[in-house]
Amino acid sequence: MAPVAKAPAFNPAGVRGPQLGDPLVEALLRLGDDRLILGHRLSEWCGHGPILEEDIALSNLALDLIGHATSLLALAGAVEGQGRDEDALAYFRDGTAFRNCLLVEQPNGDFAETIVRQFLFDVASVLTWDALRHSTDARVAAIAAKSLKEDTYHLRHSSEWVIRLGDGTEESHARAQRALDRLWRFTGELLTPDAIDAAVVAHGLVIDHDAVAARWRTMVADVVQRATLTLPADGPMQCGGRVGRHTEHLGHLLATMQSVARAHPGARW
Amino acid sequence: MVEGAAAVWPMTRAQAMAILETVKDPEVPVISVVELGIVREVSVHPEGVQVTITPTYSGCPAMHEIEADVRAALVKAGAPAVTVSMVHAPAWTTDWIGPEAREKLRAYGIAPPSKAAPPGLITLTRARTPVPCPFCGSRETRLQSEFGSTACKAIHVCQSCRQPFDEFKPF
Repeated sequence: MAPVAKAPAFNPAGVRGPQLGDPLVEALLRLGDDRLILGHRLSEWCGHGPILEEDIALSNLALDLIGHATSLLALAGAVEGQGRDEDALAYFRDGTAFRNCLLVEQPNGDFAETIVRQFLFDVASVLTWDALRHSTDARVAAIAAKSLKEDTYHLRHSSEWVIRLGDGTEESHARAQRALDRLWRFTGELLTPDAIDAAVVAHGLVIDHDAVAARWRTMVADVVQRATLTLPADGPMQCGGRVGRHTEHLGHLLATMQSVARAHPGARW
Repeated sequence: MVEGAAAVWPMTRAQAMAILETVKDPEVPVISVVELGIVREVSVHPEGVQVTITPTYSGCPAMHEIEADVRAALVKAGAPAVTVSMVHAPAWTTDWIGPEAREKLRAYGIAPPSKAAPPGLITLTRARTPVPCPFCGSRETRLQSEFGSTACKAIHVCQSCRQPFDEFKPF
């Protein structure tokens, strides 16, 4: 365990943990790591999808998300200015240096859990991009505008599946509801701004978090209702991913994701 | 510039464009990268040719191949150096694919894209306008999956001629 020697410059969750760096780099890592980790999770479905079309769809989503992560991590590395490119950031950071939210690192579970996780994330993602495409940082605005188009397809796919599963058979309904109940505690972190979000306003990354949170709730509630599911009651929310405190699942994911790059550093294929 | 033509340097911008017209999309080999709308800028300098391209989809694995194909075609045509750079803005849209290229797609068996949604329009469910079958023209078609063999395509099935077909997704 890493010793905690000095007070962190930014300590959004008010917890002891690794020191956070430059706010813009942190913000880009959060965006990039969310997509890298979720993209990797979805890639675990490749060859295991419930039907061929869905196997292909989940792999397509994974590809888009890893594409977004590539752009975001490349930019994070450039802003950081320490010579780390997107591959160095993806493959040679340890778990505590990852800034993804806890939701995306949760295991795939059954198909319902994967779909509900995707849906909860997709809503937050399209709303984030819709705000950031107006960013005064042209690099961020460009990534946001492009990603928004792709994520709009993702959201349509995941929301339709939530409705189909929820309003499907007794079995699919029960599984979708169980997934929603299980994952709900990770949604607080998606939408709660902290000191990093406040600090990047100066860099032109402006998100009206209250408005985004309200729209997220409206959109989620709309689909949940159409799916004949029940919105879970807001209980205590589990968070920490944004400051590098992760659930045990991230370490296992990284062990797989990073193994080839670490076994063969500098390899090209 | 046609295949097998002698290398020429210096070349004009129009000549460089004509060469790029011969570089096909590796996944959709009936339309060129120019027709696809991903070539954003071409300029000829004393030292070589500078090409700016934009990705179709962020994660499209064909982009690296396209970059290599663009480079190889221009070098073969006589350019001493070729620089290919990538821009993300403005974001690529299928609206940049012209009428002739759309017809080529249809003739190849891929339904061409309809008009793309305006940016920022977020919809939770699809509008169910059937995509005309590129083989028999029937509108009695059904969407099988919005995600197909490549990032840019969706899978449909024609109820009239029973043929499954790809649609170039409006994007």
